[in-house]
Amino acid sequence: MTTLLTIIIVLFVAVAIWQLIKIFDLAQVGASNSQVADDKDNKLNGYLMMGFLAFIYIITILCFWYLGDLPLMSNSASEHGPGIDNLMAISMVVIFIVQTVTQFLLHYFAFKYRGEKGRKALFYADNNTLEAIWTGIPVVVLAGLIIYGLFTWNDIMNVDDQEDPLIVELYAQQFNWKARYAGQDNVLGKANVRLIDLDRANILGVDERDPNAQDDVIVTELHLPVNRPVLFKMRSQDVLHSAYMPYFRAQMNCVPGMVTQFGFTPTVTTADMRQNPDIIDKVQNINNLRRARQAEIEEAGQELTYEFDYLLLCNKICGKSHYNMQMKIIVETEEEYNAWMAEQTTFAKSLN
Amino acid sequence: MSATVDTHNHDDHDVHHHKETFVTKYIFSQDHKMIAKQYLITGVIAMGIIGIMMSLMIRMQIAWPDQQNAVFEALLGKWAPDGIMDADIYLALVTIHGTIMVFFVLTAGLSGTFSNLLIPLQIGARDMASGFLNMVSYWLFFLSCVIMVLSFFVEAGPAAAGWTIYPPLSALPMAQPGSGTGMTMWLVSMAIFIASSLLGSLNYVVTVLNLRTKGMSMTRMPLTIWAFFITAVIGIISFPVLLSAALLLIMDRSFGTSFFLSDIFIQGEVLHYQGGSPVLYEHLFWFLGHPEVYIVLLPALGITSEIIATNSRKPIFGYRAMILSILAIAFLSTIVWGHHMFISGMNPFLGSVFTFTTLLIAIPSAVKAFNYITTLWKGNLQMNPAMLFSIGLVSTFITGGLTGIILGDSALDINVHDTYFVVAHFHLVMGISALYGVFAGVYHWFPKMFGRMMNKKLGYLHFWITAVCAYGVFFPMHFIGMAGLPRRYYTNSNFPLFDDTADTQVVITVFALIAGAAQLIFLYNFFSSIFYGKKATQNPWRSTTLEWTTPVEHIHGNWPGEIPHVHRWPYDYSKPGHDEDFVPQTVPMKEGEEELHH
Repeated sequence: MTTLLTIIIVLFVAVAIWQLIKIFDLAQVGASNSQVADDKDNKLNGYLMMGFLAFIYIITILCFWYLGDLPLMSNSASEHGPGIDNLMAISMVVIFIVQTVTQFLLHYFAFKYRGEKGRKALFYADNNTLEAIWTGIPVVVLAGLIIYGLFTWNDIMNVDDQEDPLIVELYAQQFNWKARYAGQDNVLGKANVRLIDLDRANILGVDERDPNAQDDVIVTELHLPVNRPVLFKMRSQDVLHSAYMPYFRAQMNCVPGMVTQFGFTPTVTTADMRQNPDIIDKVQNINNLRRARQAEIEEAGQELTYEFDYLLLCNKICGKSHYNMQMKIIVETEEEYNAWMAEQTTFAKSLN
Repeated sequence: MSATVDTHNHDDHDVHHHKETFVTKYIFSQDHKMIAKQYLITGVIAMGIIGIMMSLMIRMQIAWPDQQNAVFEALLGKWAPDGIMDADIYLALVTIHGTIMVFFVLTAGLSGTFSNLLIPLQIGARDMASGFLNMVSYWLFFLSCVIMVLSFFVEAGPAAAGWTIYPPLSALPMAQPGSGTGMTMWLVSMAIFIASSLLGSLNYVVTVLNLRTKGMSMTRMPLTIWAFFITAVIGIISFPVLLSAALLLIMDRSFGTSFFLSDIFIQGEVLHYQGGSPVLYEHLFWFLGHPEVYIVLLPALGITSEIIATNSRKPIFGYRAMILSILAIAFLSTIVWGHHMFISGMNPFLGSVFTFTTLLIAIPSAVKAFNYITTLWKGNLQMNPAMLFSIGLVSTFITGGLTGIILGDSALDINVHDTYFVVAHFHLVMGISALYGVFAGVYHWFPKMFGRMMNKKLGYLHFWITAVCAYGVFFPMHFIGMAGLPRRYYTNSNFPLFDDTADTQVVITVFALIAGAAQLIFLYNFFSSIFYGKKATQNPWRSTTLEWTTPVEHIHGNWPGEIPHVHRWPYDYSKPGHDEDFVPQTVPMKEGEEELHH
């Protein structure tokens, strides 16, 4: 019944709009009957073009005003983060300048040269110098961005074995994450989904006979010691997932059938990040918003008060609960990390 | 049916007198003008309405998650029990919205309508090289539309793995309900669609190369034709690769092969697949997927070139540079696909290569944008609705294109990949821009298609509401992306981290709903003008190109007498030494007059 009513209401709204348009349409009869723009139209739309230019500028300013904290450009928590943020900032400045200037020219010309009866346009078909200028300038600017970008990219993607990175496997499945630490020997035991044995609680398919596997540690919350390089080895057991860690400026797909990798060095502990003034502001703002809809949140069974934590999110469409595939990341001091690690059960002991 | 082809003796002036029944004229028509209208109504209008309705439902779900919504209950039925949208159907809407808009509306709808209408008319041909293939192409397209729409009515729902349908998600029915029958129908529909698209493209290429009238050299062709021509070439190069990807995926799904699958454990069991790789699929998909962006965009830019020149009463600035940049874009578009895969697990060195080629493609794009702006300079701008949409296109093309500098840079893409930043970028640069191209084309060539004019006042209303709302929707979306919010999330309520983006999501949705409603203005204008619009004159926009030398009343074979000859390029607007501010291509050169454009 509700369905029928809704359909009828939607239909009525559509018909009402339709009729309004029709009235508007019929009201035009008697006015100039030509459907080709005349001087009046040119003038009106020319001014509207300037109005539209103002609108573009205003919406830009409003967006920066209200949404300008841009978490992906500030407060990175990894060693390579500032490099990416710099490149991002430079690209943003370039974009901002080009956008402001070209939109101005486009809309201003549309206003300035709006048609008038009897005026003749300038026959101006080509100019090689101009063409060369606006081919040349993008070439130079883009060359700069490309070179900077490639250096940054190579820097991030090249993993230096000399640094003795902590090896951690990120294991994705519909719809949760697991992490496997390589243990004392810092070598991950071999693994394959064919070795998964749910009865023995070998959920990641780790090879039980591999000596390197015995001291591996499997957890559902990722702990990382600050300032030590980490090399993540990603696996997925079912479909594509993507391990997205925005504050560390890190992301890599998890692909069934192969192991992908991404390395970075976390530089700010969770505790320190919570003390960062920007993050304090952000958290405060979020908590104000949450208090405003307290009933709703409590009904959903969530904690009302939000506290900042680094997150690992799934960022490749993976099925029904894709929107809730996350894992907490805790960056802590070496001592805290070691203490936490000492409490964990090794793979060998975890088997049934 | 094939027997009638032979009777179309194109040099026979009485050709239009031969008896046409309702079926041969309106349904199984081989006339390019009728086929163009069929594409317009099916591809742009019908599929467009479906695609846009889906996007509005997606937006409502994002803005007001976990809330009962009577619209969902009415439109989605069992998939929205008590008006709460199911998470699986959300992904299905995202998937089918993308598929319909990219392929059905902006590929088949856009090219199908305007390539069919304009190629013969603007190059001076009686019809397409093969009217029969053209008809087959349309009906295959129609069939693929029907199958795609019908997939909404199968038990477990339509395909839901995203419009890129990456395996294994798309390959395994146990991974999500949409990967069952719905995905089979998606693949079958796309296979038919590709066949249709290839037939159409081959026809366009052959027609442009062979059927140009006397005097119509390649460098006297309007930029619309250049754009349609190169678009067809890109389609012929890249669509077969998607077809092979689809066929291999069908093999994996139904015949147990392992092209894209390996080492999978799902729902408590190990599957037999061994040795395949999803990354291979990604390569094959994006080998079409990226050129596809230009298949969508180039025709829109071609239409814009024509409309901006005509309404500025000025030659398009840098005609040769425009052609060269179309060619450069076409070439580069086939070697940039890897920028969709920087973090797919492929070798990082490839990432460097694709960053390089990707940023190169910004150069011809910049040239085009600057040339449009210069064309406006010192013009005498006639603000017809088509002109407004063309200027709007240049504006969104710039705004959307610029953020490509960030996304094409592998180091930066790590961070913004698959966030709302990407959604904002591609919707502006290819979605909105190409849609503006469609609207501009419809307003401009409506007199050619239906012999009547559309209402300009309604056109203005349509443009200004749409233009404001398009920025209202997509501009703030960049900022949500820069907050790190991933796309394709059914709800963000499980991430308090993103609570501060919720209000912006509501603002965006309100803009989207207004924009959606504004399209009713267009629909009203379109349909009422077909029947009640003011009768068009032969050349209402005082344009130079050949299509305006045909009679207003459609005839089979386009010109009643001989096909006109061409004596000049198509952009002699406001040329000194002529009284009128336009000189049609059919007017011979005066003595001593120079073709100034080289």
